[in-house]
Amino acid sequence: MAAYLARRLLQSVLILLGVSFITYVLLYVLPADPVRQIAGRSATAETVENIRHELGLDRPFIVQYGRYLAGLVQGDLGRSYLQKSQVAELIASRLPATLLLMLGAILCELAIGLTFGVLAALKRGTFLDQTLMMASFITVSAPQFVVSLLLLYVFAVKLGWFPIGGYGTFAHLVLPALTLGILGSGWYSRMMRSSMIEVLRADFIRTARAKGLTRARVVLGHALPNAILPVIAMIGIDIGIFMGGIVVVESVFGWPGIGQLAWQAIQRVDIPIIMGVTLVSALAIVLGNLLADLVAPFIDPRIKLK
Amino acid sequence: MTDATVDRAAPQGTLRRLMRRKLALLGLALIVLVVAGAVLAPWIAPFDPNDQMFDGLTIEGAPLAPDGRFLFGTDLLGRDLFSRILYGAQTSLIIGVVANGLALLIGTLVGITAGYFRGWVGSILMRFTDLMMAFPALLLAICLAAIFKPSLWIVAMVIALVNWVQTARVIYTETSSLATRDFIAAERTLGAGTGRILFRHILPHLVPTIIVWGTLGISTTVLLEATLSFLGVGVQPPTPSWGNIIFENQTYFQSAPWLVFLPGAAIILLALAFNLVGDALRDVLDPTQRGRD
Repeated sequence: MAAYLARRLLQSVLILLGVSFITYVLLYVLPADPVRQIAGRSATAETVENIRHELGLDRPFIVQYGRYLAGLVQGDLGRSYLQKSQVAELIASRLPATLLLMLGAILCELAIGLTFGVLAALKRGTFLDQTLMMASFITVSAPQFVVSLLLLYVFAVKLGWFPIGGYGTFAHLVLPALTLGILGSGWYSRMMRSSMIEVLRADFIRTARAKGLTRARVVLGHALPNAILPVIAMIGIDIGIFMGGIVVVESVFGWPGIGQLAWQAIQRVDIPIIMGVTLVSALAIVLGNLLADLVAPFIDPRIKLK
Repeated sequence: MTDATVDRAAPQGTLRRLMRRKLALLGLALIVLVVAGAVLAPWIAPFDPNDQMFDGLTIEGAPLAPDGRFLFGTDLLGRDLFSRILYGAQTSLIIGVVANGLALLIGTLVGITAGYFRGWVGSILMRFTDLMMAFPALLLAICLAAIFKPSLWIVAMVIALVNWVQTARVIYTETSSLATRDFIAAERTLGAGTGRILFRHILPHLVPTIIVWGTLGISTTVLLEATLSFLGVGVQPPTPSWGNIIFENQTYFQSAPWLVFLPGAAIILLALAFNLVGDALRDVLDPTQRGRD
């Protein structure tokens, strides 16, 4: 176990190094010049060169990347080009909002996805099953911004139940979390359905029925706890999908998390912030996958870590 | 995997089995509808999609609601929304086919090479694929698209660059299991070259997988293009795309919701169509999935 963990952590570090290198190369060769952005349009050539020198952007690529890595191992993600603050601090100040949204989104996903999945499995082959599975197809086919705007229009503009955007109270959290929850639920409901169908076929369920237990006891007491575990184990992988999607939802709802930070930075070519957010997202994806792999053997003893 | 002989005989059977599935038929019908709309756009669009009509706005300068003349209403510049959505279908389909085709090609090449040539070539390619899996794909795509001044083809390339990874993994797994099978060993003993083994013997077995992932991939591509265009870093106006129609009109979204939700519905329907067909194809083409509904 310890050896496995050590090897996986080493792999994760290598992957993150790779991500940092590729992102750095991409941002290095990009045609947009951050120095011009900072200096503004009326800057003289001399000013531009001064800024370039100050930021170390006149050094060879390897030197620049080496410096970045040297800072990275000390937890220093560099300084934002346009806002005069440390990237690590900017991300740290935005992270709680993103984590809160992630928590809300995952709760919504599970609530919708697991309920629909169990219902579909119990009513397998009926109209309800087909409707729920069609719904799951639609949710995986809908872009985030359309669902965001639809929920905003219905629940904020027309019904006025929730604020149109922003951050601070529980009411602000509902719509963005529900958007991500609806979009992610299709995936869970399909998994939950097939897991439940498989468990309902198992011998121990027949035994439970034969003992004369009520249908509710069999489903809730015996089938559900067994069927739900493999689905719950997927939350780790879901974190990765979540990190990919926050840019849009946070921008539409004005949610001050790292997705919005990234989007603002992309528009202003604020490279240190883009680098920082990419690395933090990649870290979340890698840790999420690691978590999913570590949890798996506890849920299904047939799976061995190797 | 089915036998090679069964594979060759499959097309009619596949189509027939696909036709028996109601959801797949619905998906096919939607695809045919969108393709017809895109191809016939120059003839069936009631107006020029870029014509900013003087009578296309209210006296206050607001967009017109859907009525008999403007089927889907007009947008913020007084252009006919129905015509723009028809031409927008061209954009979605071109990007869907080109970007996805490119991603499929990269993914298949990487997967087949890594799966057949074990050793350092295979490990390097697969480590690189793992690395790409850890990338926040949408963030990367937005970043790339924002940096290069996006044209239709650049958007397609950016999408292909972030979308090949899944295909590569699946093809890798299948190729590496095929490579150890007896019939491949027999071919090698008979003196067949690497190229012949890869293209004549391994590739045909991968065709079902490539078809399934190719179909499902179009849906992902359509969604990604719409998202990039919605953020203003995808296909640039005045070229209509369903994503940039919403991008342009979102300031009016409270007073003229049709400008957001009609193109939105078009995106969902097209992505849904490819997902339905792809899912049915997976059931039909992959024997291990059969009977599991």
